Amino acid sequence: MLEIENLTHIYGGGGPNEHHAIDGLDLKVADGELLCIVGPSGCGKSTLLRSIAGLISPTGGQVKVDDVLVKQTPDNLAVVFQDYSRSLFPWMSVADNVALPLRRKGFDRRKRRAAAQEALESVGLAEAGRKYPFQLSGGMQQRVAIARALAYRPTLMLMDEPFGSVDAQTREDLEDLVLEVRRLHQMTIVLITHDIDESVYVGDRVVVLSKAPAHVVGDLNVALPGPRDQITTREHPDFVHLRAEVGRLVRGHTVAH
Amino acid sequence: MAHQGDRRQVVDVPHHLRVSIRTRTHDRPSTATARWTRRAVGVLAFAALFEALGRAGLVDIGFLPPTSVILWRAGELLVDPAFRAHAATSMLAWAIGLGAAALIAVPLGLLLGSVRLIDAATRAIVEFLRPIPSVALIPLVALVIGTGLQLRVTLVIYASLWPILYNTMYGLRGVDPVAKESLRSYGFRAPAVLWWVSLPSAAPFIMTGFRLATGVALILTVSTEIVAGRGEGIGVFIYFAGIAVPARMDDIMAGVVWVGLFGVVVNALLVAAERRLFAWQHARLGAHAGAPVAVGAGR
Ligand SMILES: Nc1ncnc2c1ncn2[C@@H]1O[C@H](COP(=O)(O)OP(=O)(O)OP(=O)(O)O)[C@@H](O)[C@H]1O
Ligand SMILES: [Mg+2]
Repeated sequence: MLEIENLTHIYGGGGPNEHHAIDGLDLKVADGELLCIVGPSGCGKSTLLRSIAGLISPTGGQVKVDDVLVKQTPDNLAVVFQDYSRSLFPWMSVADNVALPLRRKGFDRRKRRAAAQEALESVGLAEAGRKYPFQLSGGMQQRVAIARALAYRPTLMLMDEPFGSVDAQTREDLEDLVLEVRRLHQMTIVLITHDIDESVYVGDRVVVLSKAPAHVVGDLNVALPGPRDQITTREHPDFVHLRAEVGRLVRGHTVAH
Repeated sequence: MAHQGDRRQVVDVPHHLRVSIRTRTHDRPSTATARWTRRAVGVLAFAALFEALGRAGLVDIGFLPPTSVILWRAGELLVDPAFRAHAATSMLAWAIGLGAAALIAVPLGLLLGSVRLIDAATRAIVEFLRPIPSVALIPLVALVIGTGLQLRVTLVIYASLWPILYNTMYGLRGVDPVAKESLRSYGFRAPAVLWWVSLPSAAPFIMTGFRLATGVALILTVSTEIVAGRGEGIGVFIYFAGIAVPARMDDIMAGVVWVGLFGVVVNALLVAAERRLFAWQHARLGAHAGAPVAVGAGR
């Protein structure tokens, strides 16, 4: 259970570049839920994610993971950063990049390697393990970053625009991969995206944030029939209706009924 | 990062960076053979000029020996047991001092570069000590601790500390905060982040600092020996050649040739090691403009 109460964050408080990024944001995410967050560019989505991960301490309010106040990074957490290429270590091979966090789990070398290879295969990069990040395209690097989070098998996974740099086909495959992973490994996922269709297709629930300073302006349950499918789900009337609602919320209109 | 560069001298650029700049500014990167040919031509031309100058009789041949005489003498010294003992003593002091400097400067640089409070508290002392030319300390230190191996080692340590220390601190400032956060997000604490991210990321700079230090250490070894003027060492050999009557200019020059050659070889080996070890950095910077510049404490 992830609980965010009255979260507020001001960058550079008191200084000339003071920026009010988040304002009194409340949010609860149940275990096993896949929550998508959409909001205008620069509204504070990444700031919210960093507060959840304990990477910054918010200037107000609190974040709790499983009833524990987040002061440092909570256990069993993985983050896929928006700056995926900067989050990879250029001096390590792709396989070593994916395997490194597994040291925290006490895996031995063989187990780390096997887990890394499996994760790389799942994102379609079975052959890339020995390469270095700079030898891969942007889209491939982004998939390495995703593989690193998946290999860790977190109970809470935070993904910040994880599919921004991949082509449309790979993007659909990765969306389905996230759904599959969530189904197999019971994890809570918070996924930030600027793609409204994606938020409805992947999410159990879509939360819409306002312009900066961010707060919640919409919270929609996505109740779509049957398992998700790239073709049939997207043509379902409920899907079409939901994406229109999310779209209106993002643009600042009230929901029309 | 710009405000951190205050009053710091830009002395050298890591070799792998220089390569990336060159390949971008020239359309056709020169081949290794062409480069070596050009270097060899330069050296030969200089040697020929020196030879001609010595042979021309403008100055006393004993005062400015021609290249051939110097090289012949250098060859003789190579098989001279007394000279080899001098050389071995110098190399020992050089190696011990350099190794100790690295053992002190790298951890110290990591500490100063990552704990802001310690950095702030020690900054004034560091800024005071840094500009003092180490050579000027030789008489003072000699008075305090004597003129044996300990004098050379102490001064070599002191002088080579700075380039390593500064480059380590500079390298740490350039570590990508997102890379550090990505490891922190998996629950790695500060020491683990330092080990897995900051250290490897700063390694090319540390290596450059070390390479600069090898030259500084060589200067300090020989100068200390010359000033001390007793015992064993290439500097002592040069000193005695200088006070001999008449002065043995060929010995002085041959000694200098060996010192210079040693410095060139060590530098070349380290440059080659940097290229091999830090190919990732080279490849990355080839794609980005604004390559970082290493800093050294020039003496
Ligand atoms: N370290 C910082 N210091 C000062 N201001 C910051 C800092 N990080 C972010 N900001 C500002 O806070 C605001 C929100 O940033 P954030 O990265 O959270 O937005 P975002 O919603 O993720 O944007 P995007 O959709 O473009 O990724 C921006 O205006 C940004 O300029
Ligand atoms: Mg963002």
